[in-house]
Amino acid sequence: MQITVASGKGGTGKTTIATSLALGLALNAAVLPPLFLDCDVEAPNAHLFLRPVFENRKDVSILIPSIDESKCTRCGRCAEVCEYHTIAVLGKKVMVFPQLCHGCGSCTLVCPTKAIQEVPDVMGVLESGSTPSGINFAHGILNVGEPMAVPVIQQLKKWSTPQPGQVVIVDAPPGTSCPVVESVRNADFLLLVTEPTPFGLHDLKLAAQVAKELKIPTGIIINRDGIGDAGVEDFCAVEGLPILMRIPYDRAIAEGTAQGQTLIEIYPEYTMLFQQLLAEMSRIVDQQ
Amino acid sequence: MKQLVILSGKGGTGKTSITASFAHLAHTDSVRAVLADADVDAANLELVLSPHILEEQEFIGGKVAWIDPQKCEGCGLCEQVCRFDAIAVQEDKYQVDPIACDGCAACVHQCPTSAIRMEPQLAGHWFRSESHYGPLFHAALRPAQENSGKLVTMVKQQARLLAMDEKYPLIIVDGPPGIGCPVISAVSGADMALIVTEPTVAGVHDMERALQMTRHFNIPSAVCINKSDIFGKGAAQISSYCLDEKIAVLGQIPFDQSVTEAMVNGEPVTAYRPESPASKEIKNVWQKLIKLLQPDLGVDADKVRTG
Repeated sequence: MQITVASGKGGTGKTTIATSLALGLALNAAVLPPLFLDCDVEAPNAHLFLRPVFENRKDVSILIPSIDESKCTRCGRCAEVCEYHTIAVLGKKVMVFPQLCHGCGSCTLVCPTKAIQEVPDVMGVLESGSTPSGINFAHGILNVGEPMAVPVIQQLKKWSTPQPGQVVIVDAPPGTSCPVVESVRNADFLLLVTEPTPFGLHDLKLAAQVAKELKIPTGIIINRDGIGDAGVEDFCAVEGLPILMRIPYDRAIAEGTAQGQTLIEIYPEYTMLFQQLLAEMSRIVDQQ
Repeated sequence: MKQLVILSGKGGTGKTSITASFAHLAHTDSVRAVLADADVDAANLELVLSPHILEEQEFIGGKVAWIDPQKCEGCGLCEQVCRFDAIAVQEDKYQVDPIACDGCAACVHQCPTSAIRMEPQLAGHWFRSESHYGPLFHAALRPAQENSGKLVTMVKQQARLLAMDEKYPLIIVDGPPGIGCPVISAVSGADMALIVTEPTVAGVHDMERALQMTRHFNIPSAVCINKSDIFGKGAAQISSYCLDEKIAVLGQIPFDQSVTEAMVNGEPVTAYRPESPASKEIKNVWQKLIKLLQPDLGVDADKVRTG
């Protein structure tokens, strides 16, 4: 089973919830410790909470065109088919702008003289290892200055696959656009973390729409319960979205997470609550 | 004309609450500013600036492949060339998953029966509005859409055009979280970036990445620490990092319940409760920023570094 933790709005506590859920599972001797994938490759933070020892590393690259000038006839077909404006033919020169390339390979396929070779262009790195509590952990890191997060997320999901029966917990990036969709794709359950404020509600509505479009069963966690207004509650009631957990606003939690502690390390009674949360999500998935 | 962009790396550090306060303070200081919300995935600035929409435009983002079942002979070449796993047989027909499709059109050019065409997608809308504190450009990307970077560029272009036409000295851009495509679009052409961080391990980690990104694109940057008193050690760590890197820390905004109350009330905190501790410190940061930016003069990058 894959559970993706997402939010729409940033900073609502996605990583706190995802890491606490993973730790809660790892502390249950009756089940396999989970596989944790940090897909927030622009701002990956889960390792700060779960503290894995990294053992494996792999570069993330996509294939970009490299043009053999001796074979190229400057026909311009490659530039014509490229939807990303990666290639420009200017008189006798063919220019390639690697950061615009999505690695689709269309230019290579259409080149009539086979003058294009594809070469890897590194845009990020993947790392994996185990945490002290036995969680299999992996994350992707987008290199600074690179625009495209999606290939890093795609390759992370392909590189790190679960064992049979192993629960996968995915920590998604904020927002609702392509990197989020890539992190949510193939999830069996979407856990949306929000806060009871107008910003939290506005972005929860968008995230809930993503869930609807992807047809994934969804549950809500209200974090910092009590700080704002009742908008989120009302929305969940109208939409029939189950509120699976409420975490009150509490100075000790704010201080603990600031230092990289999971909820379970701050308040051990959360161990049971997260194990129950997993059971509840499994029940909803089984009902589908 | 100067462009100030507010960033954070990590989401939820308070970018939008602070940007809204800057909009209010610029207005009360008679610094005419155009506002742009570049967080098109989760646009929240409008929730605290009560904009009145004057103009709404469709944003056509990328294109998505569509296979004409009448012309398709089922050879499967499209599926073979697709590197985004977007084409598969469903109900005995080759079909495109529009969410997985990257819009590269490789399949279109390979199809032997010309059965595939690209269809433009309505990816969202952008708006020109009048807010309490000046013109606001904002957008709404439809959920699960691509091309948020392009929509950010569109919003900023429109803000720039208006600023040039009507001689506004300042554009204030509320940026998205992260460091990828929409953030790169948000910082392009900025004269200065303010990174709003919080004293948490995650906040510090992501601030460092945001600063590496602005350095990569040569944007002079300064930092302000929000909720500075929730973890003293973290705040000290940020200050010492910034000292080492010669980056000015323009202020330390304490945790203050008024910020959330102002949001619930739909107002910037500096307007809602001007004498609250957070409002006072945001005002202090704003005054330092305006000195550095000097909307009517050039930006001195060295001054930004030393504060």
